[in-house]
Amino acid sequence: MNETAVRVRGLRKRYGDVDAVNGVDLDILRGEVFALLGPNGAGKSTTVEILEGHRRRTGGEVSVLGADPGRPTREWRARLGIVPQSSNERPELSVREILRHFAGYYPRPRDVDEVIEAVGLTDKAGARLAHLSGGQRRRVDVALGIIGGPELLFLDEPTTGFDPDARRRFWRLIEGLAHGGTTILLTTHYLDEAEALADRVGVIAGGRVLEIGSPMELGGRATATARVAWVGPEGRQSIETDSPTQVVTELSHKFDGEVPELTVTRPTLEDVYLTMIGEGR
Amino acid sequence: MTAVAMPSAARIGLSRGGLELRTFLQEPQAVVFTVAMPVILLLIFGTIFKGEVGSTGVDFRQYFAAGIIASGIMSTTFVSLGVAITQERDDGTLKRLYGTPMPRSSYFIGKAIAALVLSLLETVVLFVLGHLLFGLEAPKTPERWLTFAWVFVAGVTVCTLLGIAVSSVPRSGRSAAAVLNVPYLVLQFISGVYFTFGALPSGVQQAGALFPLKWISQGLRSALLPDTLLAAEPAHSWEHGRTGLVLAAWGVAGLVLCLTTFRWKRRDG
Repeated sequence: MNETAVRVRGLRKRYGDVDAVNGVDLDILRGEVFALLGPNGAGKSTTVEILEGHRRRTGGEVSVLGADPGRPTREWRARLGIVPQSSNERPELSVREILRHFAGYYPRPRDVDEVIEAVGLTDKAGARLAHLSGGQRRRVDVALGIIGGPELLFLDEPTTGFDPDARRRFWRLIEGLAHGGTTILLTTHYLDEAEALADRVGVIAGGRVLEIGSPMELGGRATATARVAWVGPEGRQSIETDSPTQVVTELSHKFDGEVPELTVTRPTLEDVYLTMIGEGR
Repeated sequence: MTAVAMPSAARIGLSRGGLELRTFLQEPQAVVFTVAMPVILLLIFGTIFKGEVGSTGVDFRQYFAAGIIASGIMSTTFVSLGVAITQERDDGTLKRLYGTPMPRSSYFIGKAIAALVLSLLETVVLFVLGHLLFGLEAPKTPERWLTFAWVFVAGVTVCTLLGIAVSSVPRSGRSAAAVLNVPYLVLQFISGVYFTFGALPSGVQQAGALFPLKWISQGLRSALLPDTLLAAEPAHSWEHGRTGLVLAAWGVAGLVLCLTTFRWKRRDG
C-alpha cells in the first residue's frame, strides 16, 4: 500500500490574474493527522477543495489516495470523508435516518449505530436534527463524514463556534478516529487545536507553504530561547536564555528558596505562527 | 483490496425520492406554497367565476378547474423544484452530496420521483374538489384517459426538467420563490387558466402558445371537457399532435439546459 495519502507538487490555482495558490508542495502520510494553518485568503481552502475534488487546479501534480482528484470517480469518493465548514442537513430528519440514508451511498458503509456511538450521539439517535445543539450537529457532520469508512478524512474548521468544553470533547472524538488509523487533514484557525491534534502542521500564506513541521518544532520553537521572568527588588525582571534551568538554579540560590512569580516560557505555536505569517505577507 | 460493487444509481435515487418526499411533507411552508396554493386559488376563483364558456354549454368553473390542474402540475414541479434546488445549492447541501459517492443521476431521479408523486397528489386533490364543487367529470372514454395520462406525464416531465434548469437563475435561495413565481403567474394568465384562452387578445395567445402551460391546459381540457368546447378553442381542434411536439421540444431544451448549466456549488464558492 502507498505510504503517502496525499502528494502535492507545484500546485497552482489562478483566478483571473490572481494566483490564489502558487506552487504548493505537500505530503501527508497515511495515518497522520495533518493540520493546515493560514490566514483567510491564504489559499488554504482552495488547496483543500482541490484535494477534495471540488475544484480544478490550474497546474501542478496532485495525487490523493493514489488518484487524481481532478477526475473524481465514485470508487475514489467512497474512500474519502468530507466534513464541510457548515452543517446544513435537513432539520426534519433524525440522526439515525440521515445516517442510514448516507450509508446507502457507500459500497462498504460502517454500522450506523456504531458510528452514532463513535460520535457520542447514542442518546440522540432518534432526535431530529432541529432539536440538536450546534456541537451535536457538528458531530452529525463528522458522523456523515465517516459513515463510509473513509481512509482519508477532511475536517474543515470543525470546532468554530464551540464552547471550550465542547471543543475538548470534540478533540477526543478526532483523536479516537486518528487512533483507528484514519488519515486526517484538518484546517483550523485555532492554534491550540492544531497543537492538540496534529502530528504535523503546515502553514500557508500568500498561496505558498511557508513551513511544515511538528507543532513543537515549527518556526524553530524547540530551540528558541526561553524567557525567565520573576519579580525582584527592582520590580519585574526577565532575561532571554538558552539555558533556563541554570538561570532558575542561580535565582533560587540568590533568593534562598522561592523565586517570586517565577515563569519560564517559550514561544507558543501562536507566537511562531504570527511571526511566520507576518513575514510571509 | 477486493472490489465491492457500488450501490446502483437507481437504488440510491429511489432512496433519495423517499427522503425528498418525507422532508417535503414535514416542511409546512413548502407544502403551503406549492401544494395548497393552487387549491386555495381553485376555491377562491371558483366561487367568483360564473357563467358558461361562450355558448358551448361548458361551465367556466370546469374550464378553470382543468386549467388549475395544469398550473398545479407546474407548481409542484417547476416552482417547487426550482426553489428547493436553489436553496440546496445555497446552503451547501448540493456541495456535500457532490463530495460523496452518490451518482449525480440519483439526485435527479430522487427529485423526479418526488415531483411525480406530489403532482399526482395535487392533481387528485384538485380534481376531487373540482368534481365536488363544480361538477368536473373524469375522462369518459379510454381514449380520453390515455390523453389525460400522456399529457400529465409529459407535463410533469417537461416542467421537472425546466424546474431543475431554472434553479440556476435565482441569485440566492431566499429570492428563489419570488423570482420563480413571476414566470409562473404570468404564464397562468396567458395560458388559458384564469381566462378562456380563446378570449385573450391574439398577441397574448401567440405569446402563451410559445410555452408549455398553454399546451398542458389545453391537453387536460381535451381529456376532461366535452368536445362542444371546441367551438370556443381558437384552433377549433385539440391539436394533440402539436401539443406533443411543443412539449417534446421544451423537454429536449430543458434536458440540454440541465446537462449544460447545472451547478453543484454557489457562484461565489
